[in-house]
Amino acid sequence: MVVVGAGMVGAACALYAARAGLDVVLVDRGPVAGGTTGAGEGNLLVSDKEPGPELRLALLSLRLWAELAEPLGAAVEYEPKGGLVVASTPEALTALTDLAAGQRAAGVAAVAVGPDQLRDHEPYLAPGLAGAVRYPQDAQVMPTLAAAHLVRVSGARLETGRTVTGVLRGADGAVRGVRTDRGDLLAPAVVNAAGTWGGEVAAMAGAALPVLPRRGFVLVTEPLPPRVRHKVYAADYVADVASDSAALQTSPVVEGTAAGPVLIGASRERVGFHRSFSLPVVRELAAGATRLFPFLTDVRVMRTYLGFRPYLPDHLPAIGPDPRVPGLFHACGHEGAGIGLATGTGRLLAQVLTGENPELDLTPFRPDRFAESEEAAQ
Amino acid sequence: MPERSPVLAVIGAGPAGLAATLAAAGRGVRVVLVDSAAEPGGQFYRQPARGLGARRPKALHHQWRTWRRLRTGLDARLAAGQVTYLSEHHVWCVERESPGFTVHALLGPEQRESVALRADGVLLATGGYERVLPFPGWTLPGVVTAGGAQALLKGGLVLPGRTVVVAGTGPLLLPVATGLAAAGAKVAALVESADPRAFAHRARSLVGAPAKLVEGAGHAARLGWHGVPLRVRHTVLEAHGTERLESVTISALDSEGRPVPGSERRVLCDTLAVSHGLLPHTDLADGLGCGLDGVTVRVDEEQRTDVPGVWAAGEATGIGGAALSLAEGHIAGRSAAARLRGTTPDPGAWASAARTRTRLRAFFAALDGAYAPAARWVERVTDGTVVCRCEEVTAGAVRAAVGSLGAGDLRTVKLLTRAGMGWCQGRMCEPGVAGVAGCAPAPARRLLARPVPLGVLAEPADPPPPQ
Ligand SMILES: Cc1cc2nc3c(=O)[nH]c(=O)nc-3n(C[C@H](O)[C@H](O)[C@H](O)COP(=O)(O)OP(=O)(O)OC[C@H]3O[C@@H](n4cnc5c(N)ncnc54)[C@H](O)[C@@H]3O)c2cc1C
Ligand SMILES: Cc1cc2nc3c(=O)[nH]c(=O)nc-3n(C[C@H](O)[C@H](O)[C@H](O)COP(=O)(O)OP(=O)(O)OC[C@H]3O[C@@H](n4cnc5c(N)ncnc54)[C@H](O)[C@@H]3O)c2cc1C
Repeated sequence: MVVVGAGMVGAACALYAARAGLDVVLVDRGPVAGGTTGAGEGNLLVSDKEPGPELRLALLSLRLWAELAEPLGAAVEYEPKGGLVVASTPEALTALTDLAAGQRAAGVAAVAVGPDQLRDHEPYLAPGLAGAVRYPQDAQVMPTLAAAHLVRVSGARLETGRTVTGVLRGADGAVRGVRTDRGDLLAPAVVNAAGTWGGEVAAMAGAALPVLPRRGFVLVTEPLPPRVRHKVYAADYVADVASDSAALQTSPVVEGTAAGPVLIGASRERVGFHRSFSLPVVRELAAGATRLFPFLTDVRVMRTYLGFRPYLPDHLPAIGPDPRVPGLFHACGHEGAGIGLATGTGRLLAQVLTGENPELDLTPFRPDRFAESEEAAQ
Repeated sequence: MPERSPVLAVIGAGPAGLAATLAAAGRGVRVVLVDSAAEPGGQFYRQPARGLGARRPKALHHQWRTWRRLRTGLDARLAAGQVTYLSEHHVWCVERESPGFTVHALLGPEQRESVALRADGVLLATGGYERVLPFPGWTLPGVVTAGGAQALLKGGLVLPGRTVVVAGTGPLLLPVATGLAAAGAKVAALVESADPRAFAHRARSLVGAPAKLVEGAGHAARLGWHGVPLRVRHTVLEAHGTERLESVTISALDSEGRPVPGSERRVLCDTLAVSHGLLPHTDLADGLGCGLDGVTVRVDEEQRTDVPGVWAAGEATGIGGAALSLAEGHIAGRSAAARLRGTTPDPGAWASAARTRTRLRAFFAALDGAYAPAARWVERVTDGTVVCRCEEVTAGAVRAAVGSLGAGDLRTVKLLTRAGMGWCQGRMCEPGVAGVAGCAPAPARRLLARPVPLGVLAEPADPPPPQ
């Protein structure tokens, strides 16, 4: 089979498909992780997800990440450091506590932390916060390393610098492979793991998939001695992630990295593929981070970078076969969680590809779920 | 209400920025000249700090007269209130507003506080920085950049060491070697990897640039006079030392750029000043969204970038020496003054500067071809050689990222190895890492031109309206 896109999701698809015995070619027009994977962060989170299909996928994915970390942990900088979601006001704490209760019922480990214990967990937190919930399952990887090493251990044939320009289909409409700028690659199954560009690849096969970009900025500080132990963020993050608003939203997610710098991110905006620098966005990130950790005020930002999350209208990815085009499979549209959700996505897709029953219900992720509304709109 | 004059912010007070300031001030615009250094002058006319009481700084500068003219001109315009000069202002971002721009600068050596300046137009004259390629031993204390050695000398009147080898390639090596020798250092060798005959082949385009040739000849004569051995088509193979630099091995290069077996020689020295040419500063332009041509800021005949209201001049638009920077700065300043007042400038007014620009661009294009870093330098970088100092990444790690992890471009190499992610943000190591990785030297996007404290970012400075 051919996987289009060597980002985190394509890498995980290649790994699990190859392990299931399939012969895999992974094609990317750029290098490994040259898309959104190399332009984001590597949080593997359950804490920011409401009970539902995405949380189920996240729980499966985190289990698989922990398995992969057995041999690969150091290479991909896997750190099961846990998350700490902080509420600044009593109202925010109530909302957070309710969310945590629902998550716990769904299988998430969530531990309430009272205001007096906050500093035991994060000694440098601002004073006067209302409380927090700790999520021991949250972890992190370095996305580019993770994608590169998953590809390496998969044994899949990697074709970088090769652009897919069309999807080949037989007289019966079934997929026969892909056309590229350097010749055709024949295969009975094609996986669309093209991330933010997944809509374009779907269109090559004649299928509509409304993947859109959502811009995010990340700030990287100078290297520091370890001071931030968890992934720490404000409780309003949860509201932002689920938000439908096109306006700018920033929620400070602060985390230390193995190499020393602290990462602060990320903003969420729908502004198309605009790559220009936005100082107001960066200012909001900085304000949020210093509110949580006042010591950061004197710490310098070395650089900022930006990326475009691939999102679908209902904020769930498209995973599974496309009933409109036999042989076409999708694994894209993971928005701000594609690193975390990659392993589960790869595993589920491999199960469908080999005719097994997927261990999670794929109905919420059906790639053609937007077709009805589009037809209605026409 | 009297109409206020438009404000032009000139960033960089080197030859380009000074020429632009003098050309624009007094032509109906107010100029705010912003520079990170303590004194105006840029790299070429770098000034000793006042407190040092240098007696004869002109001994270090040829073209001293041009500098006097610029300095006197600046003083006159400062006195007339046509120019505001802000030293020790490190610009970290120029923000596009509608209309106009806000220039954000960190203050003083500490760079902890920031000010915001409003301007109607921006002229980027930020110059260039040195390219240094890695070789075994280059991270030893005692190995410095050639420009760094010169800056120490010009700015602080101190010698970086007693016995110096100047090595690498490019027209910068000669003035650095003569400057050091004149100041009393023993220059044990000037090691230039380029082939002077390659330069002679391009002589035709040099005919129009006698000043440059004379200057070059002057340097060569002075070198002879100071007894500095000149080794062309040679390279430094390795720098040796335990705690710090003690010696270097130099070798002749054959026509293919390979070391000639048997030609290796040890040269004792406590300082090695290296340079492999210059690269333009493009961070501010990139952050503004100005188009780049490769590694230089793209400009038109009037030195305008493709962002309305933003001009660029000097080495930010391509490496070409102080005289070219002066010409470009003059043109940019004249154009900006006219355009910011809503008029169309007459190119006839800068015809002579335009001719100088044409001539010198051709000259430096030829020079650039001649002074290419030694071919095959990459082959001499051993796997154990650290290529990124900030993050201590070795050439072996970079090669592994390309070989077994599928990196094909500089950005991926950086993400996989952390090369270029440290304090210098790749300004120092990018060309070396790209070379070792075998990929194109694409400039990284550095949206912040300087590291900025989070506290500065978190408290938006409300810029005052233009005065
Ligand atoms: C600022 C920011 C922060 C983020 N933080 C996190 C986080 O903390 N945790 C998390 O889980 N997620 C995070 N994300 C989201 C995550 O980065 C993405 O969901 C994930 O990278 C998507 O991976 P992907 O493989 O689907 O897409 P990509 O990495 O974009 O890969 C798609 C690949 O397809 C290739 N491609 C496209 N078209 C073609 C074609 N025609 N031919 C050949 N190749 C093609 C592209 O070159 C690209 O390499 C963040 C995103 C951003 C922007
Ligand atoms: C290290 C070095 C040594 C050199 N030595 C010689 C020599 O000996 N002989 C010779 O002929 N040529 C030399 N050159 C080349 C010569 O300096 C240039 O040709 C000439 O100075 C270019 O003029 P410019 O105005 O374009 O830039 P510069 O003279 O480089 O001036 C740029 C100015 O912009 C300022 N600046 C840059 N970024 C910012 C920012 N973000 N905020 C605020 N200010 C900023 C800098 O402080 C500097 O003052 C040298 C160049 C370098 C880099």
